[in-house]
Amino acid sequence: MRRLTWFNATSLTLGFAFLYIPMLVVIIYSFNESRLVTVWGGFSTKWYGELLQNEAFLDAAWVTFKVGFASSIFATILGTMGAYVLVRGGRFYGRTLFSGMMYAPLVMPEVITGLSLLLLFISIGLDRGMFTIILAHATFSMCYVSVVVSSRLVSFDRSVEEAALDLGCTPFEAFRLVTLPIIAPAVISGWLLALTLSLDDLVIASFVAGPSATTLPIKVFSSIRLGVSPEINALSTIMIAIVTIGTITASITTKRAVLRRKHEQQMAEQTT
Amino acid sequence: MPQNVFEPWNDPAAKPLIRFQNVTKRFGDFTAVDDLSIDIYEREFFALLGPSGCGKTTMMRMLAGFETPTSGTIWLDGQDISPIPPNKRSVNMMFQSYALFPHLTVYDNIAFGLKRSNMPKDQIDARVKEMLRLVQIERFGSRKPEQISGGQRQRVALARALAKAPKLLLLDEPLSALDKKLRQDTQFELMDIQEKTGTTFVVVTHDQEEAMTVASRVAVMDQGKLKQVDTPGQIYEAPNSIYVADFIGEVNIIEGNATAQGNTVSIVWAEGQPDIIGTPSKPISNGKVSFAIRPEKIAITADKPADRHNAVQGRVLDIAYLGNVSTYHVELPGGMIIKAQAANSRRRDSRPFTWDDEVWLSWTDTAGIVLDR
Repeated sequence: MRRLTWFNATSLTLGFAFLYIPMLVVIIYSFNESRLVTVWGGFSTKWYGELLQNEAFLDAAWVTFKVGFASSIFATILGTMGAYVLVRGGRFYGRTLFSGMMYAPLVMPEVITGLSLLLLFISIGLDRGMFTIILAHATFSMCYVSVVVSSRLVSFDRSVEEAALDLGCTPFEAFRLVTLPIIAPAVISGWLLALTLSLDDLVIASFVAGPSATTLPIKVFSSIRLGVSPEINALSTIMIAIVTIGTITASITTKRAVLRRKHEQQMAEQTT
Repeated sequence: MPQNVFEPWNDPAAKPLIRFQNVTKRFGDFTAVDDLSIDIYEREFFALLGPSGCGKTTMMRMLAGFETPTSGTIWLDGQDISPIPPNKRSVNMMFQSYALFPHLTVYDNIAFGLKRSNMPKDQIDARVKEMLRLVQIERFGSRKPEQISGGQRQRVALARALAKAPKLLLLDEPLSALDKKLRQDTQFELMDIQEKTGTTFVVVTHDQEEAMTVASRVAVMDQGKLKQVDTPGQIYEAPNSIYVADFIGEVNIIEGNATAQGNTVSIVWAEGQPDIIGTPSKPISNGKVSFAIRPEKIAITADKPADRHNAVQGRVLDIAYLGNVSTYHVELPGGMIIKAQAANSRRRDSRPFTWDDEVWLSWTDTAGIVLDR
C-alpha cells in the first residue's frame, strides 16, 4: 500500500469534515439532556422517548412512509413502461420530443412543478391530501426511474428478447420472463431512488399537501420555524441511522455479488 | 446420377421446404434484399455467404419472423409465413451472440422453449437431457451461462434452438466467437448433429472456409442479390462470375480476347506472350473474356515444360511461406503478377526456388475458368 502524502491526507480530512461534521453535531445534540439546543447539559436519551410520544410526528412519519411507498411503486411502473417504449419502441413519430419531455422534469425547478400540480388539482376539483401528494411524487420521480431503467435497457443485448420470441413467447411473456428479470436490478434501484426522493421532498409536498395529510419533512420544517427542538435532533439521528444501515447493507450485498461472480467465472475457465 | 447422393435440388419432383419468391426487403432507401428467389430443400445444410451488408442476415431474420418482406412471398412447407409471428413459427434460431438467458441455468435455457409449448413435464425433462447429451454438456446443466466457457455457451445455444425440433434451424454466424482450432472441431460436430437430427440448417456466415466445410449448398450473395447457388465444389471450381471466383479462395484473373477453336478458346492477353488455351464450361461468344485460374493449379518449374501449351516465364518477386504450402508471386515481363502455389512436400531449406529466380509457370488446358465479360 502506498502511504498518503501530506497533501492527500489534508484534503481527505477537510473533505470528510465538511461533509460529516454537521451530521455529527446533530447526532451528539440528540443525546443532550438540556432543552436548549446549543448548550450541553449531559447525556440522555429522553428526547427519543418524547419523540415516540409525539403523535403529530408519528402521524407525519406514517403518512410519509405510505406516500413514499405508494408513489414509488406507481413511479416505478410508469417509469419502466416509459423507458421500455422509448428504448424498444422503434422509431415512431415524435419520439425525440417524447424522450425530451420524459427528462424535462429532472431539470424543472421544483417550485414550478409543485405550483403547476397545485393549479391542476384545484382546477379539476381534487381535494388536497395524501392522494394528491402520492400523485405529485409519482409524477416527478417516474422520470428518475425512467432514466435508470432506460440506461440498462440500452446496454442489454436485444437478441435475448428475440430469442424469447423465437422460442415461443408472446411479446408480453418475453417481457415478463426475460426482459424484466434482466433489468430487475435497475428497476429496483429506480424504485429505491423514487422512494428516497419521495421521503425527502419538501417543496412539492408543501404545495399539494392539504390539512388532512402532512409529511415528515413538512412537519419538521414547520416546527423548526418555532425553534429547533431536541426532538428534531433525535428524529434526524434516527433517519441518519436508517440511511446508514441501508447504504452499508446495499454495498456489502453488491460487493459479495461481484466477488461471487468473479469466482464463478474463474471456475468456468478452469473447467474448460 | 447415383441414387444415394443427396441432391434434391437436381430432382425436379422434390418439393422445397423453403421457397423465397421474388422477395425484396427495403429499409428506407436501402435495399437489403433485391427481388430474390431461392429454393431450400429438407435436410439441407444451406449456407448464405457474403460480405457484411449483403443482405444475408436480413434473409435469415425474415425466415425467423423478425422482419417482413417489403414485397414477395416466403413459403415454408407450402405455407406463406409472412403473417405468422416469430413465436408461432416452427423455425428456431441460434443467435450470433448466443443470446442465452443470463438469469436461467443451462438446463432452464434449454427447457425454455419446451415450457412454452404444451409438452408434459416429464417429457420436457427427457428432452432437455437428450439435448444436453447431444451437445455433450451434461455436466453443466445446473450452471448459469456466465459460469461456462464460450465453447460451452455455443453448445447451449445450439441445444436450446434444437430442443423444439424445429423444421428449420437458422444459425447466425454460429462459430464466429470461437477461436480457430475450436471452430474447426465444432464445424464437424455441427455437421454431425445436423445429420443425426435430420433438421434443415440454414447458416449465415462471412467465413468462406466455414461455408465450404459445412454446407451441402452455398449461396454467394452480394448487395441483396444471389450471385451463385451451388455445391461448395462447383462454387470453387466453376464460379459463374469474377465476383464469386474472387470471393472464394485466391484467384489470378487475366483479361483478354477470346477466339473459339472447337471446344477450347484461344485467348490473346498480352503482347509477345503466347495465347492461353482455355476450356469454357459453356459455349461463349468471341470477344472480351476473363480467364481465372487458382494458384494451386499453376505448376512452377525451372525449365519450360514440354507437354503444356500454357506456359509463361517470370521472375520470383515474393514468397509467402504458409507452412504446408508456399505462394510464389511471379512477375511476368509485362509487369503482371501471377500467384502460384506449391505444396512444401520437403522439409527445411530444400525448397527449389528463391527470390529473383527465373521460373516457368504452366497449367493444363482445363485448369482455368473462362468467363464472359
